Amino acid sequence: MKRTITTTLCLTALLALAPTAFMTPAQAADGLSLRMAVWTGNAKHLALLNGIADAYKAKHPEIGTITFDTIPYDNYTTTLTTQIAGGNAPDLAWILESAAPDFVGSGALLALDDTLSSTAGYDFADLSPSATALWRQDGKLFAYPFSTSPYAIFANLDIIAAAGQKSPADLIAAGSWNWQTVATEAAAVHAKSGKNGVEIRDFDYKDWTLLTTVWDGWAARPWSADGKTCTLDSSDMADAMAFLHKAIFKDGAIPGPGTSGDFFAGDTAFSITQISRASLLKDGAFKWDLVPLPAGPKGSYSVIGQAGIGVFKNGKHPQDAAAFLAFLSSPENSLKLAQFFPPPRLSQLNAETLGKTNPLLSKSQLEEVVVKGITTGKVSPSHTNNAQIAQQIRASLDAAWTPDADLPAVLSGACAKIGPLLAH
Amino acid sequence: MAQDHPLPSISPDVRRSWWTPARRDHFIGYLFILPQITGLVVFVLVPLALMAWYSLNEWNVLAGTFSFVGLGNYEKLATDPALPGVLWASACFSVGLVLFNLSLALLLAVLLNQKLAGTVVFRTIFFSPVVVSLVAWAIVWRFLLQQDGGINAVLRMLSIDGPNWLRGPNTAMVSVIVVQVVKNVGLNMVLFLAALQNVPQELYEAARVDGASRWTQFFRITVPLISPTVLLTSIITVAGSLQVFAQIAVLTEGGPGTSTTVLVYYLYQQAFQFHFFGYGASLAMLLLLIVGALTYLQWSLRKAWVYDND
Repeated sequence: MKRTITTTLCLTALLALAPTAFMTPAQAADGLSLRMAVWTGNAKHLALLNGIADAYKAKHPEIGTITFDTIPYDNYTTTLTTQIAGGNAPDLAWILESAAPDFVGSGALLALDDTLSSTAGYDFADLSPSATALWRQDGKLFAYPFSTSPYAIFANLDIIAAAGQKSPADLIAAGSWNWQTVATEAAAVHAKSGKNGVEIRDFDYKDWTLLTTVWDGWAARPWSADGKTCTLDSSDMADAMAFLHKAIFKDGAIPGPGTSGDFFAGDTAFSITQISRASLLKDGAFKWDLVPLPAGPKGSYSVIGQAGIGVFKNGKHPQDAAAFLAFLSSPENSLKLAQFFPPPRLSQLNAETLGKTNPLLSKSQLEEVVVKGITTGKVSPSHTNNAQIAQQIRASLDAAWTPDADLPAVLSGACAKIGPLLAH
Repeated sequence: MAQDHPLPSISPDVRRSWWTPARRDHFIGYLFILPQITGLVVFVLVPLALMAWYSLNEWNVLAGTFSFVGLGNYEKLATDPALPGVLWASACFSVGLVLFNLSLALLLAVLLNQKLAGTVVFRTIFFSPVVVSLVAWAIVWRFLLQQDGGINAVLRMLSIDGPNWLRGPNTAMVSVIVVQVVKNVGLNMVLFLAALQNVPQELYEAARVDGASRWTQFFRITVPLISPTVLLTSIITVAGSLQVFAQIAVLTEGGPGTSTTVLVYYLYQQAFQFHFFGYGASLAMLLLLIVGALTYLQWSLRKAWVYDND
């Protein structure tokens, strides 16, 4: 009898729990759930996003939860595509600019034009055409470029002064803010103090796309504008790489492979990175300045990094996700996001507006670096089948990062590797 | 006159006897192994079958297309210009790892089999890396092996200018092998230690009486008697060496160039970074074939060198 009662109780409990085991998260809560993949784990970023999501939920009771799923940056695209392959695509996702051609061209994303343009007060025409160019195909917008962040140089004024060198502001005023003087100053800093001269942040002799921040000064790009021809073996690229190689292995202006250092820890004179890294500056740790990238032999230039937000067609609720994206990127919320992510809205691209949410940066820094950078900058190179092409270039360029490298051979070898991929 | 013998009717008692004690024992036995069989089917056999199926298809994850290409991925495998280099890197890694791991494990086991003070402490020290998280282990070694890392700092104290370990094609492969050996040598050491302790001491006493040197005792008594363990460890180590991934991903990302791009890392790149899932599946089938062939070869050759007590 006792056994019968126990068995009955167990079976009843199992039957009661069984439906919850097969219940999807979207059904488990009241209302539907949206999930957005992001690569930031920054508490301030997530608090801002959650605040906007809470405001949206208050207006839309049909939405139960909106979660921001942090995927580590290093394997972001790989993890995202694995989730898609596993039938677990998020509703929305941040998309790296390097992956933009693959995502936009694949048909995986929902066209946003109709939703955004029909949302009251959205002002779709306010989105900068240059900022949205990467995310368009056949006239349709497939992702909202929520962050359009120019690369610039952070300078540690204490280290530069201690080495008896001129500040970037002085060099700019004297009209000599160019790569040659920056390399000379950086080498002097390294020689006198042992500290690092110029770091190309996050490059680590692997992510070569960051070299665009230097290459563009020589008008050197890895492939032609139409993406079909390798230009790594061009004379411009040869000159740019020769400059970098000398700065690394002869002058000591750039820390070599396997050398650690961190500008924001105070052990580097100059750091090439995006302005969003200003949040890493600690109050009063050292005097710093933010200045545009130096001019190269081919003149002044600017490089911007972008990130978009796309809605997956195969997500569980694509139309609801698109509606949330319209709210997230509305003029009011775009302004809130601008404190971390420079917006693509023309009406907000001015020093006054950006200054309200970027207290760390002066008006002139915002004007010279952010506004000018975004309006004149070129986006880092990207291509369909980008991961394979990038891997081939990385593997080829490894041979360049030795003191006795044969640069012309390395660069022509890289072209031999990626030529067929570009043509394909 | 033939006598009719009517067929005996099956009584209810006879029908019930189908559920014999033997059948009941079999049934209970199968129930015991059911969790293991379920795991094997769900996590090994079904994925294996799916992998074979994927290798006959091309799967574009982003576009959401899945199309049958027959042997197309295998034709690509046969003509892939990068594959010979990948197989060579895998072979270098496996040979280096197996030789270094087994010889060091045996040496440590012999040394720690002595009745000396402190051997338990050393056994613990050598075994402890086995239980450390693999990725954490690799990350620490990445810092130690970089140009201005801990290894070169020690070498500088000895007035030696160390190389950039993870950036040179040869030093990178050696570094990855050494990091992996130090991580796992403790496991094989413990297996060898157990085998050594099972060698009857009277055989050594008899050999000593016959005037055999320590080398002769080692090669004529120890090695033959622990040869089953050598076979076991070599099979485990060879199969494990071909599946190396995390160390490569953390330490070198397959570089410099493609010098440390071993088969599993190449498979990962093709499937998960470049999104060629079908081709990645065909590489996985190739890996399965290689591991299976090497294991079969080792097993087949065991009669030639493994001492059989029976």
